[in-house]
Amino acid sequence: MKGFLAVYLRELLIMWHRLPRMVLSFSVSPVLYLVAFGLGLGKHITIHGRPYLEFLIPGLVAASSMMQGFGINVEINVARFYMRVFEEIQAAPVSNLAYVLGEILAGVSRAFLSVSIILFITALARVSFSYGPAFWAGVFLNSFIFAALGVTSAMLIKSHADQALVSNFIITPMAFLGGTFFPVGNMPGPVQIILKTLPLTHASRLIRQAAYGQKILWNDLGILVALAGASLLLAYWSVDKARD
Amino acid sequence: MMAVEVKDLRKSYNGFEALKGISFHLEKGEIFALLGPNGAGKTTTIRILCGLTRPGGGQAFFFGMDIFKNPLKAKKLAGLVPQALNLDLDLTVWENLLIHGLLFGLSLQEIKEQGQSLMEFSGLRARLHHKVRTLSGGMRRRVLITRALLHRPRILFLDEPTVGLDPHIRRKLWGLIKRIQQQGTTILLTTHYIEEAEFLANRVAFIDNGTLVIVDKPQNLTSRLGKYAVDIVQEDGLETKYFPDRQSAEDFILSRRETGTTVTLRRVNLEDAFVYFTGKRV
Ligand SMILES: Nc1ncnc2c1ncn2[C@@H]1O[C@H](COP(=O)(O)OP(=O)(O)OP(=O)(O)O)[C@@H](O)[C@H]1O
Ligand SMILES: [Mg+2]
Repeated sequence: MKGFLAVYLRELLIMWHRLPRMVLSFSVSPVLYLVAFGLGLGKHITIHGRPYLEFLIPGLVAASSMMQGFGINVEINVARFYMRVFEEIQAAPVSNLAYVLGEILAGVSRAFLSVSIILFITALARVSFSYGPAFWAGVFLNSFIFAALGVTSAMLIKSHADQALVSNFIITPMAFLGGTFFPVGNMPGPVQIILKTLPLTHASRLIRQAAYGQKILWNDLGILVALAGASLLLAYWSVDKARD
Repeated sequence: MMAVEVKDLRKSYNGFEALKGISFHLEKGEIFALLGPNGAGKTTTIRILCGLTRPGGGQAFFFGMDIFKNPLKAKKLAGLVPQALNLDLDLTVWENLLIHGLLFGLSLQEIKEQGQSLMEFSGLRARLHHKVRTLSGGMRRRVLITRALLHRPRILFLDEPTVGLDPHIRRKLWGLIKRIQQQGTTILLTTHYIEEAEFLANRVAFIDNGTLVIVDKPQNLTSRLGKYAVDIVQEDGLETKYFPDRQSAEDFILSRRETGTTVTLRRVNLEDAFVYFTGKRV
């Protein structure tokens, strides 16, 4: 338990020292998206009878919680390849599970910070949503899944350079295609089938529906819970692979 | 009881044998030095014993406990000062200590108390709330050592602990290492500084090419060669001859007088023993 706390606290302290910079950098892309797609492009577009901005913001919440959850991999890479602090943790009597949970929770915390920033900007833009339990469950599960995948990828790669590959080929495309900026239903049939397997597609649907104050999508919620369990197992398995 | 026992430890990296089956032990409370050239396998040995590197074969025990079967229990007993600095540069000295203490299951109270008492030796009190990034190399190394001692390990692994330190700090550190030993801690040390091993170690092991060449007390290792050494400068380097007493060494020098070569008479040291037993210089 203390091991888990130590791993989590370490990441929190690192974030704390960088908080102003993080807040700034977490604000840049949502503001850009809102300006470019929401106000610039989307003024005259409606989706399912709502202004595009109302479609876009929950999508941004989903994409951002995914990216920032996964972003914990950058911290782990720095700890592993640059500062070698990962070895300090490896030499400590901390179980792999405690380590993985500590890092995942740190990823989830990053995600909640970025989502709070988006919602703050949203409030400034005078767009209002309902933020019930299903909304936050969606954010939590989505960031949990991707933080676990971030941990996994950080354990499996052999150098810092490999990481960019994973991000460019998997994470960025998913952020665009997972029902964030346009409805998956607009795509041709076969593409839809592929997109519907992405975790982000379920997360963005769940989060959006909840934000609209409509009934909870239990199906998507169930799938996300299952994926969270699976990704946790994967991350747990990957830790031992990082030893040489 | 033996504090550390290593039996036939092996490690290969992609077919390259870094450790070719080494065996040794550490008595409780002793300082044991691994001495060897670059790439001999010193760090690999320590990393395996601390759980950082997977062993390729063999067994290891801390106080009779199999460390490969009980990794978490073993890690609680061990403290590690690694060869490469591994501090959180963007955290303060105190934060680095705090995280370490929590990782080893200490309470906040214990971390504070133990941290306070270690400040005496480390001279870091004034820097406690500075980021590690702002400290000099020598100070960082002292943070590293302080951190390793925080959880009061019963076995301490020091991988070239004084590398890059100025002579004053190095000597201070030697004093500290001796004091840690007096408190009952068993210490495994690697070093490139022969005089460090000579001063600190109860026993020394020469390691070369992944093999332990010889293990003995420093004075035994040197007395196997003799008491005095004569260095003879030659075209292709230095030849050294060993003599049991001063008289025979001086007789030898006199006999070489005619040849006009430069010779030096001195006492045999641990470096001689290393060169003699491994056929190399450290
Ligand atoms: N992760 C690794 N992958 C491949 N080879 C390695 C790895 N780590 C060590 N080696 C090799 O194993 C051998 C032993 O290395 P080790 O670091 O144990 O030497 P050392 O005795 O500590 O040397 P030094 O005095 O330079 O620190 C070297 O030949 C090294 O190249
Ligand atoms: Mg080494």
